[in-house]
Amino acid sequence: MTKAEKQAEKIREISGTDPYRCMKCGKCSASCPSFDEMDIKPHQFVSYVLNENIEALAESASLWKCLSCFACVERCPRDVKPGKLIDAARQLVVREKGGNYLKADEIPELLDEELPQQLLVSAFRRYRR
Amino acid sequence: MSLENKEFRPKIVAFCCNWCSYAGADLAGSGRMSYPADVKIIRVPCSCRVNPMFILRAFEKGADGVIMCGCHPGDCHYSTGNFYARRRMTLLFSMLDFIGVENGRTRVEWVSAAEGAKFSKTMNEFVEKIHSLGENVRLGDLRCKN
Amino acid sequence: MQRIGVFVCHCGSNIAATVDVNKVVEMVALEPGVVHAEEYQYMCSEVGQAKIIEAIHEKQLTGVVVCSCSPRMHEATFRKCAERAGLNPYMVEIANIREQCSWIHKDVTEATEKAVILARAAIAKVNLNAPLMPGESRVTKRALVIGGGIAGIQTALDIADAGYEVDIVEKTPSIGGRMSQLDKTFPTLDCSACILTPKMVEASAHEKITLYTYSEVDKVSGFVGDFTVDIRKKARSVDMSKCTGCGVCMEKCPSKKAPSEFNRGLNNRTAIYTPFAQAIPNVPVIDREQCIKFKTGKCGICSKFCQANAIDYDQTDEIITQKYGAIVVATGFDTINLDKYGEYAYNESPDVITSLELERIMNAAGPTKGHLERLSDGKAPKNIVFIQCVGSRCSDDRGKSYCSKICCMYTAKHAMLIRDKYPDVNVSVFYIDVRTPGKNFDEFYRRAVEDYHVNYIKGQVGKVTPEADGSLTVHGVDLIDNRQVKVSADMVVLATAIEPNKDARKIATMLTASIDTNDFLTEAHAKLRPVESPTAGIFLSGVAQGPKDIPETVSQAGAAAIKAVGLLAKDKLLTNPCTASPDPLACNGCSVCANVCPYGAITYENKDVMGPGVRENRRVATVNSALCQGCGACTVACPSGAMDLQGFSNRQIIAEVDAICR
Repeated sequence: MTKAEKQAEKIREISGTDPYRCMKCGKCSASCPSFDEMDIKPHQFVSYVLNENIEALAESASLWKCLSCFACVERCPRDVKPGKLIDAARQLVVREKGGNYLKADEIPELLDEELPQQLLVSAFRRYRR
Repeated sequence: MSLENKEFRPKIVAFCCNWCSYAGADLAGSGRMSYPADVKIIRVPCSCRVNPMFILRAFEKGADGVIMCGCHPGDCHYSTGNFYARRRMTLLFSMLDFIGVENGRTRVEWVSAAEGAKFSKTMNEFVEKIHSLGENVRLGDLRCKN
Repeated sequence: MQRIGVFVCHCGSNIAATVDVNKVVEMVALEPGVVHAEEYQYMCSEVGQAKIIEAIHEKQLTGVVVCSCSPRMHEATFRKCAERAGLNPYMVEIANIREQCSWIHKDVTEATEKAVILARAAIAKVNLNAPLMPGESRVTKRALVIGGGIAGIQTALDIADAGYEVDIVEKTPSIGGRMSQLDKTFPTLDCSACILTPKMVEASAHEKITLYTYSEVDKVSGFVGDFTVDIRKKARSVDMSKCTGCGVCMEKCPSKKAPSEFNRGLNNRTAIYTPFAQAIPNVPVIDREQCIKFKTGKCGICSKFCQANAIDYDQTDEIITQKYGAIVVATGFDTINLDKYGEYAYNESPDVITSLELERIMNAAGPTKGHLERLSDGKAPKNIVFIQCVGSRCSDDRGKSYCSKICCMYTAKHAMLIRDKYPDVNVSVFYIDVRTPGKNFDEFYRRAVEDYHVNYIKGQVGKVTPEADGSLTVHGVDLIDNRQVKVSADMVVLATAIEPNKDARKIATMLTASIDTNDFLTEAHAKLRPVESPTAGIFLSGVAQGPKDIPETVSQAGAAAIKAVGLLAKDKLLTNPCTASPDPLACNGCSVCANVCPYGAITYENKDVMGPGVRENRRVATVNSALCQGCGACTVACPSGAMDLQGFSNRQIIAEVDAICR
C-alpha cells in the first residue's frame, strides 16, 4: 500500500463515509457558504479522496476554509458527507505534522476583515497546542 | 472474514421459503453477492413447513448452525405461514439454548424476493458467528461419528 | 429403489468456470440409486433435453436430477421434458448449482464440493419422490382491474376487446388517473385530455366493462382462476341511476372550502363535486367531511335544486362480492411528500411548486385557466428555475433510491412549452444527468436546448430562499464552470420523485403478491415475466410495478391484458399437486390442522379406519386438494404427525438434511 492509499484509507476510516457513493450532483458545493474561498471545492474533495490525491488535498487552503457548518452533510442525497471527509483530511494533516498547531503569535497576520471572529476563536480553541 | 481456525468448515443448513427467501438467494446469486460455501439451502414451500424435527435432525447429524428464512411478517405468500413459523422457532430456539445449543447457532431472518444483498449479508454474518462459536458438540449422534 | 439419472449443466461458462462439472459427474455416480450421470454445455437447450429423454428411455430412469440454474428458472422446462419421455414430471428435482453455488463462490474446489453436496441432497430427495398427478380447478371468466388510470383503462379495454368481462375498481370519483391531470404529453406535445378522454368514454361505454368508481377493494380470497373479491362502493350520496350530470348541485353548493384533489390543492372545490369536467361517470360525490348538511344537519340546497331527485343523504357503503379469474394491479403513483426537503422552501413559498402542480397551472381547465402566473400574487413570472432529482436517487432516508424516470422528459417539455408561449421568460434547469432513453426523447431534449435556448446548468441546488420582495433566490452550483451561482427566480419548479400509491402495500398484502422495499410490486421474473406477479393470477400494469412513462405504461397494460386473457381463455387449470395429505391411521381428528389452514381446505369426515390392530369408524381429516395451496402449515401443526405434504414430505426434507450434513 502506498502512502497515498494509506492516507485515503485513513480518511475514509476517520470520516466513516464512502466516497464511492457519490453521484457527482454537486449539491455540497451548491450549499457551501465558503465555496468562493476554497481552491478545491467541496464536490472535488470527494474525487480527490477517491483518486487518492491526498497530497494536493493536504496542501489545499480549503481544509482551513471549511467552516464545518455541515450543510453539505445534511443535504447530501447520497450520504457521502463531504464535510466529514474534509474534517477527516484536516485531522490527518494535524496528526501527521504535529507541528502546525496555531500559535497565538501567528494570529494577527491571519486576521482578515471578512473572516468571522467566531471562526478564529473556534479555530484557536481547536487547533492550539 | 478472519478465520481463527482454518480447518473448521462449519456445516450450515438454511431453510428458505420458495416465494421470498429462495428468490432472494437467487437474486444474491445473480448479483454475484458472495457468501461462504458452508451454507447449503433447502427449499421449502413456506417457512411454516419447517418442522422443528428438521432442525433437531440437522443438529443431530452434525450441523453447526441452522438458519431459517421466510417472507417478511405480513407478506407471507400463504398469508399467515410465517407467523406460525415465528412462534414455533421462538419456542424451539429457547429450548435448544436450554440444552446447550447456543442461540447464536439458530436464527430466523426475513428476506424478501428483492433483498439479495440482505440475504448475502445475513449469511456472511451467520457464518462468522458460527466460526466464533466453533463446532457444535451438543445433540450430535455419537454413533454417527467416525 | 429408484433408477436416477443426474444431468450436470455447464451453463456455458456460468457454472463450468467455477464448478468442475466432470468431478461432479464422477462423484454423483457413486450415490445410491444413480444409474446414469452426464454433463452437457446447455441442458436446457434442445440437444440437452434430448439427452435427458434418451437417457430416460435407455436406462429406464425413474427419477431425474438436473444440476443447473435455479428451479425458479428451469424446473418447469425439465419437468415438461421428463413428461415428454413418459416420466411423471414430479420425479424431477433441480440442484441449484448456479445462483447458489457457481455465481457466489470463487474457489473451484470449494464450489465443486458444494455442488456435489447440493446434488446429493437432490438425489436423496428424488429417491423418495413419488409420481404426483395435478388436479383441476375452474376458471371464472372475469377479470378485475384495480386502478382506473391509463394503465387500468388500457388493460380493461384490451381484456374486454378479447371478449371477457372486466370490472375496474377506482378509488376516486372518476377514472382517468394521473394522466387526466397532465396538460401535454412528451415527446409529441399532444394534449393529454384529448388522447385520454376518448379512452375513458370507450371504457365506460364498453358492454363488457363495469366501472366501480369511488370504490375500494376490501377483501380478497381464493386463488388463480377463482378469486373472490369484496368491493366496497363508498356512499356517493348521489343516486347514480337518477343523476343526469347537469351540475346544478355543484353550482349551488355553499360549501366551497375543500382543497381540490384534482388540482393538487391549488384551488378549492365544493363539497358536492366531480373531480374535473370530463369526469367519468359524470355523477358527483358528496364529500361528507365538508358538506354542511352532514356537519350541521342544516342545508340540503343540492337536494332542493336537483331536478332528478338524485341526492340521497342516507346512502350507505355497499359491499359487492364478485368472483374473478384474474386480477390486474394498476394502482399507479403519487409524488413524494416534501416536508423533509426544507432547503427548497416548498412549504414556505407558494411560488415553489412541484411539476405536477405546474401541469395544473399550465392546463386551461386548471386553477389559473392556463395562464402561467405566480400563485402568491398572480403576476407573470419572468425567471423560472427547474430543479431535477428532488427526492430521486437519494440513498438517505429523505428520498427514494431509484430514478423516477419521467422527470427529465417532462421538465424538457415544460421548459419548451413555457419558452414557446412566453419567449421573454428565462428558464434554467439544474440537473445532475439528463436521462433521455426512448424513441425521439433525446432529440426532444436537444430541441429544448438548441431551439428554445433553455439554460441547462449541470449541478444541484443547495437552497432556495424566499426574499422580502417576493422573489426567490436559488443557490446552486455550476459544476462545468466550477462556480457557485445565485439565480433570482419568480418561480421554482421541483421535479419531485414519484412513489407508488399509498394503497399499493395494502393491496399487495390482500393479494399475497410480493412487493419490494419501495412498495413497487415485484414481477415474477425481472426480464422474462415482467407483467406477472410471482403469485399466480395476479398481473402488473403501469407504475405500480416501477416508474414508467405513458407509452411504456400503455404497452405494459396491453401485455398484462394478454397475460390475463391467456389465463381466462383456459377452461380448466391444472392445480399444484404438492398438496397436504393426511394419514387416516395416525389422524385422531383433533382439528388443529383445520385451525391453521389459511384456505379452509381441511374438513373432517367419519371414515372406516383399517390398520394393524385398528378397525373402527372415526372422525379424520380430509384435504380438498383444489383449495390446498401446499404451504405445509398443517403438517407441522399436526400433533400426531398424520399430515404430510406431497412433494415436500417429512422424509424427503429429512433426507436432504441428512445429505447436507453427511
